[in-house]
Amino acid sequence: MSHQKAGKLISALASGIVFGLGMAVSGMTNTDRIQGFLDIAGQWDPTLAFVMGSGLLVTFIGYKFVLKNPTPLFADTFAVPTRTDIDKALLIGAIMFGTGWGLVGYCPGPAIAGLSYGYSSTLLFVPVMVLGLLLAKPLGKLL
Amino acid sequence: MHPFILATLGGWLIGIAAVMMMGLKGRISGVSGILTGALTEPADERLWRLLFVVGIIIGGAIPVALSVDFKPPEPDASVLIIIIGGLLVGLGTGLGSGCTSGHGICGISRLSPRSIVATCTFMAAGFICVYLLRHVFGVL
Repeated sequence: MSHQKAGKLISALASGIVFGLGMAVSGMTNTDRIQGFLDIAGQWDPTLAFVMGSGLLVTFIGYKFVLKNPTPLFADTFAVPTRTDIDKALLIGAIMFGTGWGLVGYCPGPAIAGLSYGYSSTLLFVPVMVLGLLLAKPLGKLL
Repeated sequence: MHPFILATLGGWLIGIAAVMMMGLKGRISGVSGILTGALTEPADERLWRLLFVVGIIIGGAIPVALSVDFKPPEPDASVLIIIIGGLLVGLGTGLGSGCTSGHGICGISRLSPRSIVATCTFMAAGFICVYLLRHVFGVL
């Protein structure tokens, strides 16, 4: 295995671990907290706002630094999304996602980070979510 | 520790993970996109995505292994709601090209107009959904 390839795989695993740690430490794997955040008319739980705020701050500043490099450490180019159009799929998708997020209190990251807790609802949610992800492409063609 | 302090620390970790992924691999750390790619990309592009997903499971397990205080309660939803919710989250993030991490953290940090619009839209949909369930139908 080449040096670059090994670096690529180790960085993906390491980023995933730090990401999952962040999900579990921040309380985002707790669906009560998420639904509490989304409940602006009730007893609003601002925890998610702290997670988003601090996550955005670090990412915003960190991206500025790393994107100054000519290339990533273990890849030839930065593969950053370039689309800027606001299309129907983006809006309909976001509405569907937000509705499912409100229904259960899981978005994809925390649902995966919570898999090891062994709850039957999480173990059901994740494969159904994966099925949805795979069906999204054919559905998108119908729009 | 107060939940807001843990939330801030956790947010930093999520940010650090996003910056690592960009600096080392040159990619945004959008969970829905990487998860889809782990199943649909050609074989040589699948492994790093799979490792990222496995990493999230390991990272999520570590704090709980150290202290049960980090273990959240089981999601309080019926099987039917879990299935509808899971389908909507999968279809929606697939169709909308991203979720809370890809649009909400990485995209907004790049000031991407698509991500800003998507994040405002899914937040609004979440607010409306919980409002209806909890305060109109009284079922949540």
